[in-house]
Amino acid sequence: MNNLQNFNKGFFKENAVFVQLLGMCPTLGVTTTAFNGLGMGLATTFVLLMSNISISLIKSFIPDKVRIPAYIVVIASFVTIVDLVMAGYLPELHKNLGLFIPLIVVNCIVLGRAEAFASKNGVISSILDGLGMGFGFSMALVMLGGIRELLGSLSIFGIQLVEADGILLFILPPGAFIALGFLIALINHLRKTA
Amino acid sequence: MEYVIIVFGAIFVNNIVLNQFLGICPFLGVSNKVSTGIGMTGAVTFVMTIATIVTYLIYKYVLIPLDITYLQTISYILIIAALVQMVEIILKKVSPPLYQALGVYLPLITTNCAILGVALLVISNDFNLIGSVVFAIANALGFGLALVIFAGLREHMDLIDLPKGMQGVPAALLIAGLLSMAFMGFAGLV
Repeated sequence: MNNLQNFNKGFFKENAVFVQLLGMCPTLGVTTTAFNGLGMGLATTFVLLMSNISISLIKSFIPDKVRIPAYIVVIASFVTIVDLVMAGYLPELHKNLGLFIPLIVVNCIVLGRAEAFASKNGVISSILDGLGMGFGFSMALVMLGGIRELLGSLSIFGIQLVEADGILLFILPPGAFIALGFLIALINHLRKTA
Repeated sequence: MEYVIIVFGAIFVNNIVLNQFLGICPFLGVSNKVSTGIGMTGAVTFVMTIATIVTYLIYKYVLIPLDITYLQTISYILIIAALVQMVEIILKKVSPPLYQALGVYLPLITTNCAILGVALLVISNDFNLIGSVVFAIANALGFGLALVIFAGLREHMDLIDLPKGMQGVPAALLIAGLLSMAFMGFAGLV
């Protein structure tokens, strides 16, 4: 498998949210606006990239029996870094994302890639895999956040398009489930007909 | 009275699944049958209560005195992972029937963000120990309530003729959306 394929597979073919249905909690929880979705997506991408690099570098030193706890410690360290840096430099985004920043630790995508890919492959492929998966996740979050923001408050990335009230439901929790449901249905349909 | 408010708030008003989006993976994953939903609820209640007590004590008596609260995320996830393993081993020895009932759900629980989420929420809400325990149990029950209702709805959904693209998860998400809307009716109650 060449490098481009490593990147593409995470972005399209095995997109974490739309195809593998992983990382649903942050997907639903933070996508009230496109900007929050982007912030969460990039934070996860950073953790994914760094943990993939570290794990592919240290994989031969980790005994097989304790590999999962070892991976979790690596991931948790990077999550703590993201948490502290974001609290320092982007306090408002940090407040909006709230609980979901420390919860990147239990995001199945990160541990899943560590176990399924980084622990078996070299550094370069792991970097591309991490970036592909991370950007695929970010794209999904921005799409969902964009749709919810557009329908809910008629704005996109904070820019008001029309001066009117949107459909409030899409900003509220039920809107997250409904928007994601229709989005996945649409993507299923496109994949089957394509 | 204070505890009644915590319980009502956690189960109905700020339902952990439908309002706070924690524990969505098991919510979508093991909600095909009501019976598995009940099993999962049992396992979550068990682990969530113990995990919250242990992490609370560690936070108050180790992390704060040593001034290392920035290690909160790392220490919590390790404690929860170790705890799940320990509960599994102890249950296997002490109570085989309970292990039979809950065993298959236990490994899934380490990556259940609801457990870590509640452990972190307890600290940010500044509860005392009893309040934390009440909060953890109430959240687990809220999780169970949502899961069991949802599983019941999904059992009926199998009989409905849907467009191909909507089958499975998309339809389940729409149902979850409707359920979440129903729970919004409790808003303002507490």
